[in-house]
Amino acid sequence: MDELIEILKDLHSDVDFETCTTLIDDKILDSFDIVSIVSEVNDRFDVTIPAKELVPENFNSAKALWDLISRLEED
Amino acid sequence: MLFTSLPFVIFTAVLIAVYYLLVPRNERWGLLLIASLAFYFFADPRYLLFIGVTALTAYVLAIITEDYNAKRKAYLKANKENFDSDSKKKYKAVTARVSRLMLVLALLINLGILAATKYTNFVIETIGAIRNQEVNFVNVIIPMGISFYTFQTVSYSIDISRGTIKAQRSFWKFLLFVSFFPQLVQGPISRYGDLSQTLYEPKRFELRNVSYGFIRILWGYFKKLVIADRLVIGLKTLTETPDEYRGAYVFVVMMLYAAQLYCDFTGGIDITIGIAQMLGITVKENFDLPYFSKNIKEYWNRWHITMGTWFTDYIFYPLSVSPTMLKLSKWSRQHLGNAIGKRVTVYISCFCVWLATGIWHGAAWHFVVWGLMNFVVIMASQELEPLYAKFHNKFGFKGRKWYSAFEILRTFLLMSSLKLFDCYRDVGMTFRMFGSMFTTFNIGKLFNGSLLEIGLTRGDYTVAVIAVVIVFLVSLYKKLRGRDVREMLFERYHLFVLCCVVLFLATMVFGAYGMGYDASQFIYNQF
Repeated sequence: MDELIEILKDLHSDVDFETCTTLIDDKILDSFDIVSIVSEVNDRFDVTIPAKELVPENFNSAKALWDLISRLEED
Repeated sequence: MLFTSLPFVIFTAVLIAVYYLLVPRNERWGLLLIASLAFYFFADPRYLLFIGVTALTAYVLAIITEDYNAKRKAYLKANKENFDSDSKKKYKAVTARVSRLMLVLALLINLGILAATKYTNFVIETIGAIRNQEVNFVNVIIPMGISFYTFQTVSYSIDISRGTIKAQRSFWKFLLFVSFFPQLVQGPISRYGDLSQTLYEPKRFELRNVSYGFIRILWGYFKKLVIADRLVIGLKTLTETPDEYRGAYVFVVMMLYAAQLYCDFTGGIDITIGIAQMLGITVKENFDLPYFSKNIKEYWNRWHITMGTWFTDYIFYPLSVSPTMLKLSKWSRQHLGNAIGKRVTVYISCFCVWLATGIWHGAAWHFVVWGLMNFVVIMASQELEPLYAKFHNKFGFKGRKWYSAFEILRTFLLMSSLKLFDCYRDVGMTFRMFGSMFTTFNIGKLFNGSLLEIGLTRGDYTVAVIAVVIVFLVSLYKKLRGRDVREMLFERYHLFVLCCVVLFLATMVFGAYGMGYDASQFIYNQF
């Protein structure tokens, strides 16, 4: 989780990713950010996030994103 | 049948009356299908063949995909003890491959029809221009709204392939999703997952829905007939004889077209969503106060929203996270550094999206260049972001009201400049006209009565300005209060009724139709 927060902080250092649950709804993360995150996650966690998982529910919070990564790792 | 024609108004009124008074709740979707097919039939009976083939292929292939996937999944579940991790992955990969094959087939057929009907002459013209030869165009039928219904169908096929929606088992219900008449002309581009939630369910008459829908239709007609169709007359004169109207006149074109396009497109969408709402159906919003945007990215999140999200979900994301792009991203970060490297694939995907957006808008080079110019501006603003941040931090302007107003004005002017491609419909001419604003100093001519010679009278200007101010105030109300003005009016129902009467009368009295006017089709109908 810490590594994921680090990836997110690289994009927006001023956001509290530990608590924010409206990253997409409040337009903090945009489509460019999401692609950057997918690419970083692919490198660091060896997990490929498919396009069908690029939905607001999976990116609204760091926890939701972490859950997605965990789910994809299990698959 | 134009949205602005009397037959359409009668058609819709009769439909709504029959819908609520004569047809049982559960069967109302059937009436909508008949109405939608009739609407299309009256436009041109041959169109039905095209939309029928598109709907049928997407419908059949979706069911084959879903059934095959379900069967494979059930087999896997029933025999899970026979599968280890590796064989399970292989089994799933085969399932995914077949699913992809069905998707490719659906896309080839439906995008193939779109390409053949809409872009054949564009390709012939381009090849002729490259070879410097005269060309013979072929006579192709371009079915009304083909770009819109094809995109809806393609999104359905992709969502089925991804397993994010369930296939519609009734062909007639699916055909209604593809052909739902209010949105056939100019969108919004609905997703099956959204529209199906209210399209087929039994509807009861609800005063709120009918009232909201009705006033929204009136509002749409007001914007279309009082503003858009009035301004189009002046715009035609200014853009069809561009050499006579250079310099300051180009700025006038920018302003008139910004108002005309906004009122034309949002007016049409208001009529679409209004009719759907009167029928108890929820259609996605397509605009969210775009002219209040502070940058181009925000603008494209607020203008033609359903098209933007379509391109993001079905082109930008799949392309950006494809294995090839991820490899390229890794390589470029290793060789070009993290900062530049991670932007390479994003920009390549963004370029493809804007190229496709330009081509989607029309089979002409000015649309392609318009799309690519949007890409250039987005890329430039993305690259300049750190500089802006530094500037904001140093001077502390960010968040101040006057600076927000400046950002809004800057974005409005920038987007209005890009729209010039659509006004002059010629790439070279657009650049020349844009340049003339800075080389031909003739601002004085705007005040010597020449603007009264472009087909607009003093009365026209007065009506248009007052109407634009009303549209602006209604938008401002939503911006400041965070809710639609209709909600406030609905709480005072007598005021709501009064507004309907005023809107109706204003449109009847000041609308640009009848003698001396040519009721024009909606701009987005051509897409």
